[in-house]
Formats: sequence, structure tokens, C-alpha cells
Amino acid sequence: MNNKSPFVLKRIVWVSSLLLLLLFMTMVIGISMGSTGNGVKAVLQSLFGKGGEDSMLDTIVWQIRFPRVLLAALVGATLSLGGLVFQALLRNPLAEPYILGISGGSAIGAIIGILAGLSRFPGVSFTAFLGSIATLVLLLIMSSGQSILKKNTLLLSGVMVNAFCSAIIMFLVSMTQDSRLHNIIFWLMGDLSMSDIGQVGILALTLLPCFIILFRYSHSMNLLLMGNEMAQTMGVNIKRVTTILLVTTSFMVSSTVCHCGLLGFVGLVMPHLLRLILGPDHRVLVPACILGGGAYMVICDLLARTLTQQGEMPAGVITAMIGAPLFIYLLKRSKR
Amino acid sequence: MKKAVEIKRLSFSYSDNEVLKNLSFSIPEGEFFIIIGPNGSGKTTLMKIIAGILKPKKGQLRIFDRPLKDYARKDLAKTIALVPQMALVDFPFTVTELVLMGRSPHLSMLGFEQEKDLKIAKNAMALTDIEHLAHRPLDQLSGGECQRVFIARAICQEPKIILLDEPTASLDLAHQVKVMDLMEKLKKEIGFTVIIVSHDVNLAAMYGSHLLLLNAGMIVSLGKPEDVLTCQLLEKTYNCKLLVDESPVGKFPRVTLVSGSRGRRSGD
Repeated sequence: MNNKSPFVLKRIVWVSSLLLLLLFMTMVIGISMGSTGNGVKAVLQSLFGKGGEDSMLDTIVWQIRFPRVLLAALVGATLSLGGLVFQALLRNPLAEPYILGISGGSAIGAIIGILAGLSRFPGVSFTAFLGSIATLVLLLIMSSGQSILKKNTLLLSGVMVNAFCSAIIMFLVSMTQDSRLHNIIFWLMGDLSMSDIGQVGILALTLLPCFIILFRYSHSMNLLLMGNEMAQTMGVNIKRVTTILLVTTSFMVSSTVCHCGLLGFVGLVMPHLLRLILGPDHRVLVPACILGGGAYMVICDLLARTLTQQGEMPAGVITAMIGAPLFIYLLKRSKR
Repeated sequence: MKKAVEIKRLSFSYSDNEVLKNLSFSIPEGEFFIIIGPNGSGKTTLMKIIAGILKPKKGQLRIFDRPLKDYARKDLAKTIALVPQMALVDFPFTVTELVLMGRSPHLSMLGFEQEKDLKIAKNAMALTDIEHLAHRPLDQLSGGECQRVFIARAICQEPKIILLDEPTASLDLAHQVKVMDLMEKLKKEIGFTVIIVSHDVNLAAMYGSHLLLLNAGMIVSLGKPEDVLTCQLLEKTYNCKLLVDESPVGKFPRVTLVSGSRGRRSGD
């Protein structure tokens, strides 16, 4: 054994390599399967530029399936990581990213954007981000000063903000009567079908720095689990770390929400599942959630695309149908 | 002897409520210092101020002849470690992982521990007699075991001062003595300055080299146990009937509660 390299780093490398392989495999499968039944081999050839003859397949793979699968991976990574961060901040392994109302807020922003007829990017992205920042500010005002550091205040404020957001969303939906209604409803259920390689590329570039920032603070998240006062006596700047984690995560979540709508349970199930397998160390869990969450979402989207004969269903239906029972099972198991 | 903690004219208030009023005292290095006093006397607030969690509103606080506000967060963490009263952790960290967290002020940004840190953690676990629990998750431990894990974490932080908030409050009799004996050992063998906030005047009498008796944010008495734990001072401070005599096990005071309705008072 090499005594110089830190043992946690070795674990991170091991876990990440395995999950990266898993993510890669699910993405290849995701790209291979679809309504036109081409084999894995032909798709792989097309992916790595050896197809040449079948330009129809090239178009499908590069313009439709690849961006969609990449979007699914990014969304899964973001929501899982968002869940992980909120669970650390609230010191509650069962917290979910929606609990603070951040995604509810970005959903309001996004719906207003859709109703105003804005394009998905940058128009709706921007209104979604404004919505999430507005809820964050509202949240910080509600639990202002010292009390933001107390987790129950934050949690309760989040539940209230979330309830308020749902009411506004329902209000907006009930006021809409034309064709945009179908658009909004489909989007509310979580929908990955509107992906375009340019937009997904920009999304990837926005998310990457967020992932790096959150990994940088992964050890602080471990210490935060000991309680704010304890973390402080171990050298953590609570206010700074809490603010950075909240702002980065809400930015990240709102950037994906405007692309994919509301996808539930991904942020709840993946961090919990990975924690059961890998333990609670965030330095391992942050990269694991990015890669594992990505793979999970790719599979969910694949099921959404291929399960029904006529058309496809929103991916949010699949994540909820897999996520909720799995979550209940995990909850029961962990209480033993 | 160096002063580990020096407090001058220190006051603290939560909004309008002044909890600590113009305190001045110092704690020499290597003391076993116990802060006692009734509920609401400001004990815990005082401890949080020394730990750097709360900022004093007025007055000075120096740690090893250096003002507290001159310490960077990590420097302070390398000087003072805190053992909380009730440490509830919902996440299944193993004992080793938790003890290793004590190394964090000594580590770089991401907190990757080296073999050297693991050695220090193992040493701390040996001192607190929890080596056999090394791979157990925290949520499977008893209250007494958990307390020792958190003390091991504090030792692993390699501080000069160790602060304990009510370390015996939730422990049975055997574990109360074990924890206090351990702190006594750490004081002697490593040279820690031990500062404890406690409700238990009898344990304070047995272990403290100096006691500070607080009431309503003011110092009632500061000194050796036999000078602080007098019947007159305690009855006035706690506002109840007490009996204070010399303990049959050693040369320190013993405090006995006297009920208003049960038992006999001497001379009855």
C-alpha cells in the first residue's frame, strides 16, 4: 500500500471509475434504443464516426438521442447532487431538493416564461433562475439573522414556501386555456423531449463549475452534519459555507428545471441509495451522486421513451413510479 | 504559569436580556476547571464564548495571551476543542470516520487524511478505550460510548484546551466516573487544560482543581472546591436547603440535598 496518498482519495477514484463505467454503459444503451430499431453495433459505429453510409441514423443519433441522453444524465446528476446538499444542510437524510421550495420557485418562473412565449433558452432559463433566487431570498428573509443557522427554521420555511409555490402554479395553470396548457402540464410532469445539442452543451458548461464548487465543500458538508456549533469549533465558516451551498445548488437546480420540468424523487432516492452502499462521507458521495444520478436518470428516460407503443410518457412519471416505492423500502430497511 | 483563558470585564446579552455581567477571571494552563451554577446562570453562554461560537458584546477574551478575535477559525480549532452535550448524528458515520473529523483544522481544503492522521485517531481511540468500536456506525452506540467517541474526536483535534458541556448529564453512575477519570488522565498525561460546565456539584468537588460558581451572570465565588462549595454560598445561590460536609472518600466537600418534607435535618 502506498502510504503517501490519502486513503479517502483512493476510494473516491475507485468509486468514481466504477460509476463512470456504469454511466457510460447506460448512455450507450440509451442512445442505441429507440423507435427506429437499429442495433447497438450500427449506433456505436455512427457514434464513433465509422458509419458514413446511413446518414438517417447519424441524424437520429446525433441530433435527437445523444442530446436527450446527455440531458438526462445532466439532470439526474444535478437533482441527485442537489438532494445530497440539502440533506447535509438540513441534517436530515430524508430531505429532498424540493423541500426548500427552490424548484417550485423556478417552476413558477419557468411557467411565466412559457406563458410569455419566451424561448426555452435563454428566456425560460432566465425566468426560472429569477424564480428560484426569489424563493431563496424569501426563504432567507423568513428565517433571517441567526435563525437561518437553525435547521428547523429553514425546513419549516421551505415547506411553507413550497406550499405557496404550488398554489401559484395551480393558479397559473387554471388561468391558462389555450394550447400552452398541454405544454405546461407535460412540462410539470417532467419532460426531457425538448433537447437540442446546443442548449444541452450550454447547460453542461454551466453545471460543471457548480459540481466542482460542491466537491470543494464536500468535507465541510461532513462537518456540518455534526451540527453548526460543532462544525464551527472544527474551523468551518458556517455562514459562508451555508450561503455558497444554497446559492450554488439553487442555481444548478433552476438551470435544469427549465429544461426538464419537475422531476421528483431523483434527488431523494439516489443520495439515499448511494449513502446506504458507500457510507455518509460526502467526499465520496458528491462524485458518486453526479455519476450514479446521471446513470439512473438515463435509465428512467429510456423507460419513458420505450415502455409505451403510442408516443412517450413524461420521464417524471417513471422517476416517481420507481422512486417512491424504492424510497419507502429504503426507509423501512434503514430503520431496522 | 501561562494563562490559558483570560477574561476581562466581559458582558454578553441576547437582545435585551443580559446573561453575563462584567465577568473577570482567568484559567491557568493545565487546570481542571469546572463552571457550576443554577439553570440560567450563564454557564453555557460562557462556554460558547470561550469556544468562539458566540461573540462577546463587551470586554476582552484572551486565549494564551492572544485576543480571541486575532485567531483564524482553524487556528482557534487547533487550540480549543468542544465536546457537545448531546451529539445526535443521524448519519451512519463509523467511529473512526467521526474521530478523524477532529483532524479537519489540520488538513487542506478537501480534508484528505494521511496515514499520519489515522495514527493520531487510533491513538485517541486507545486513550478513550473505544478501539473495539472502530468500525461500528455511530447510531449503534450507547450514550456512554458515544460520549467517549466525541471525546476521542476532540483529542484527535490536538487542542490545548478541551471544553465539555455537561459531559455526565446523560450517563449512568459508572460512566460518570469513567468520563471524569479520563479527563483527569488527559490533563495529567497530555497537559490539556480541561474546562467543564456541569450541574453536578459533587463531581465538581471531587475532580475540579478550581471551581467557578456563577449566578445570574455574575461570579459568586471562584477558588478551590472547599472554598466555593460552602453551605452558605450554595444555599444562597441555589435557593434551597442543603447539607455540606466532608466526603467520606477524600478531602473534598460533599453536598447533600435536603428535602422540605422528607428526612431529618441534623439537630431536629
